[in-house]
Amino acid sequence: MNMNRRQFFKVCSAGLSGSSIALMGFSPTAALAEVRTFKLARATETRNICPYCSVSCGVLIYSTGDKSKNSQAEIIHIEGDPDNPVNRGTLCPKGAGLRDMVQSANRLKWPEVREAGTNEWKKISWQEAIERIAKHMKADRDANFMAQNKDGVTVNRWTSTAFLASSAAPNEAGYLTVKTIRAMGMTSIDTQARI
Amino acid sequence: MTNHWVDIKNADLIFVMGGNPAEAHPCGFKWAIEAKKNRKAKLVVVDPRFNRTASVADYYAPIRPGSDIAFLGGVINYLLANDKIHHDYVKAYTNASFLIDDGFGFDDGIFTGYNDEKRSYDKATWKYQMGEDGFAKVDDTLQNPRCAFQMLKAHYSRYTPDVVAKVCGTPKEAFLKVCEYIAETAAPNKTMTNLYALGWTEHSVGSQNIRCMAIIQLLLGNMGMAGGGINALRGHANVQGITDFALYAQNLPGYLAPPTDAEPDLKTFLEKKTPKMLRPGQMNFGQNLPKWYVSLHKAWWGDAAHKDNGFAYDFMPKLAGASDVLSIFNAMYEGKVNGFLCQGFNPLASVANKKKVGDGLAKLKYMVVMDPLATDTSEFWKPHGEFNDVDPGKIPTEVFRLPTTLFAETSGSFTNSGRVIQWRWKAADGPGDAKDDTEIMATLFLKLKEMYAKDGGAYSEPIQKLTWAYRQPTKPSPEELMMEFNGKALADVLDPKDPTKVLVKAGEQLPSFAMLRDDGSTTCGNWIYCGVWSQAGNNSARRDNSDPSGLGQTLNWGFAWPVNRRILYNRASCDLSGKPWDPKRTVLKWLGDKWGGNDVPDMRPDAAPDQNVMPFIMTGEGVGRLFSLGLMNEGPFPEHYEPFETPLDANPMHPKNPKATSNPAARVYKGDMEAFGKAKDFPYVATTYRLTEHFHYWTKQSKINAIMQPEQFVEIGEELAKEKGIAVGDKVKIRSNRGFIKAVAVVTKRIKALDVDGKKVHTIGIPIHYGFKGATKPGFITNTLTPFVGDANTQTPEYKAFLVNIEKA
Repeated sequence: MNMNRRQFFKVCSAGLSGSSIALMGFSPTAALAEVRTFKLARATETRNICPYCSVSCGVLIYSTGDKSKNSQAEIIHIEGDPDNPVNRGTLCPKGAGLRDMVQSANRLKWPEVREAGTNEWKKISWQEAIERIAKHMKADRDANFMAQNKDGVTVNRWTSTAFLASSAAPNEAGYLTVKTIRAMGMTSIDTQARI
Repeated sequence: MTNHWVDIKNADLIFVMGGNPAEAHPCGFKWAIEAKKNRKAKLVVVDPRFNRTASVADYYAPIRPGSDIAFLGGVINYLLANDKIHHDYVKAYTNASFLIDDGFGFDDGIFTGYNDEKRSYDKATWKYQMGEDGFAKVDDTLQNPRCAFQMLKAHYSRYTPDVVAKVCGTPKEAFLKVCEYIAETAAPNKTMTNLYALGWTEHSVGSQNIRCMAIIQLLLGNMGMAGGGINALRGHANVQGITDFALYAQNLPGYLAPPTDAEPDLKTFLEKKTPKMLRPGQMNFGQNLPKWYVSLHKAWWGDAAHKDNGFAYDFMPKLAGASDVLSIFNAMYEGKVNGFLCQGFNPLASVANKKKVGDGLAKLKYMVVMDPLATDTSEFWKPHGEFNDVDPGKIPTEVFRLPTTLFAETSGSFTNSGRVIQWRWKAADGPGDAKDDTEIMATLFLKLKEMYAKDGGAYSEPIQKLTWAYRQPTKPSPEELMMEFNGKALADVLDPKDPTKVLVKAGEQLPSFAMLRDDGSTTCGNWIYCGVWSQAGNNSARRDNSDPSGLGQTLNWGFAWPVNRRILYNRASCDLSGKPWDPKRTVLKWLGDKWGGNDVPDMRPDAAPDQNVMPFIMTGEGVGRLFSLGLMNEGPFPEHYEPFETPLDANPMHPKNPKATSNPAARVYKGDMEAFGKAKDFPYVATTYRLTEHFHYWTKQSKINAIMQPEQFVEIGEELAKEKGIAVGDKVKIRSNRGFIKAVAVVTKRIKALDVDGKKVHTIGIPIHYGFKGATKPGFITNTLTPFVGDANTQTPEYKAFLVNIEKA
């Protein structure tokens, strides 16, 4: 009987002990070689996709907790998803480092502003950030929005604020982004797709 | 990709040029190895560097950066001169027999209609001869000197093996060996797959590099076949999806051309943009444009989009000329941009000519960075020693930095390079106060909407009327958004053949774009994604990986656009009678009353073979184009032009015509032409590349990746190292006409000097991944060196071929 590591964990957590499984004749050797129980056995498994290249490898993310409202999940391990028909469980040297990306020391945690001419970041609230940004956008849009071109054709565009969009964002974020910025009249738009 | 990742295993020949999948797309490249192991497929690599893909290849040939068209033009000539083409395919499924306008011509590197002041062409003659019946004229004998086949033959007859060797520096024997491999796949039951990436796109002739391969694959009959196709190995995990959703100016979602100033109303717009039928009885699928476009406006503006206002035609901004990273940063540099929103993008590092980009950012009034990480761009104003030598006191830009979540912290779908849309599930919350991109965009949009409602201001009807039926207005869920862009019926959708029959009931999710209507009775935010969330639910979340055909199609895994089709143009995998060219790899066949097989037919399902509906359904003539009409900006046939920074004095194909030295139709901004370096000052060719341990400027933020490749280096050949007295591990300074970087020298056998047009040309390889922010050792941004000029069609910058000098630092 063939059994992969995940299935082995599932059987274990269903109440059978490792030794009785071995007696039944299947022995995932790597697993039995461990003295302690695997951390992953009690982790929550979530299916996701590596965000790097366009092979878009399926990944399994293991986190602590059971995703209940009052438990804060922490990602403890990421590996390739063996069910994914493209990567079949493999990850490359880029994707193998995914957990360190999630836990990068350079992750941003709160909104900040760098005021004109200064040399530092200042922590601000989301409310302040959104209000100040919206005020900037409205002022620029009101001053530079072109309703008609010189020939009197309605053009309704705003070119003096530009937007570069992320190719690492999911389709749904991309869709909402294009929907809102086009509605504002933006046409100075681009994404990494070109470069 | 016209095909998909797993399909690579079905190839007989894997031809890699302009990419290095073993290092850049390792988990996809395994399918090339599978093909080698299980089918005895051959792997052939053409690249300036003997990279890791080359190291497992059956054959490797070197090439000078920026000379790909000369090489591929040589392949076209070889195939035609040696009669190594798939005759039946070429005759029936390409425009080989189509007659070209008598006014069209080519003279010493320049096509008809060139205006050198505007650096652009009047394409009036780049078209077919039209008959009195309103259709294009053809000559089925292929003998007419004005037919596309004869003109193609004449155009590429100049690209002899000797010329290829002279322009590319590839030894003649090596070039011929590659040709032999390729020519074998002209057999109807043999296929070549082509894998390319940025090594082809990042040139001032990038699009034409790919056009050459399109011509080759059509000549060989490899389009539509399992194990065939043209396969772009793209960048980010969702770069395909974000392109499909048109997060760039030239298109709207689903590759719909946006309105311009020349189309003042919907009627004019649709008349102009809807393609005409060029041959009788073809599908000309683009004729459905009005259905797709009206449904998009209905998705965005709901009841405010109705027949009487042209479905709110004026709500959509009209595109004003060029708009792309280069044009945007050029406008910024000229002080014409006040605000800049930057979502998950690090342009200071990733756009050409870092100095110009930084100077542009310094002229902004405000900038908003939405990113999970502290990027180099977000700190363009901050001094980081010689890596970012700026004076913050002189930079008045107000910079906001908003924390966003990463892939693991959101749900939603990604579309891979093979067009397969796959759902992902959220595993944990983001750190601190980080928010999803959707929540940030929604909150910002609603704030603006509220301010306009309260205080008035510039025209805001499109903002006020934008559909927003999300249960939590500031947090539209990915499920709601996917259902919205899939589209639904607003009224019963009736069968046009039998109006008593209801195909989709009002309120239901649409199963496919065939149900879209142009009367305002359907919504759809992206027609090519229609079907991804049908009444059956979220099809992108399907996880049945069974593969009954053994071809790796996995039709029940996720959902591929369009309509879950895995191999585009698959009708072309059969002969005219509907029998597969290779029955062992049947993608599709005619079953007597309909098309069926192992894929969703790329053909009207009931179009019997004797109706002669041709396989390239998106063209008005139903066939693939050897002659590309007016679709490319520098000509209907690719021609070799030198990179804007060339090591040669002239284009060896056109030594006496300076206008044809570099791409005559490429856009060059004021000041940038002067910033191109000359070979006498910068004698070495540089080409940028990627390392297998890093992804762009992103993984330098991840500790384990930083440990694996901690420091910026450049790669030079042994001969050049000896000439310059550079040893392995020496610190070197590399200068271009735009700036300098310092890095560690790695001396290898992998890049060899080539003999080009009687001159010895050395190439220096420069990895891109470093910068002043991250877990790696602080380094220079490679794009300090690169020129601010792009491809004439896509404006993708010429990162892959420019000039530098090198010395010990």
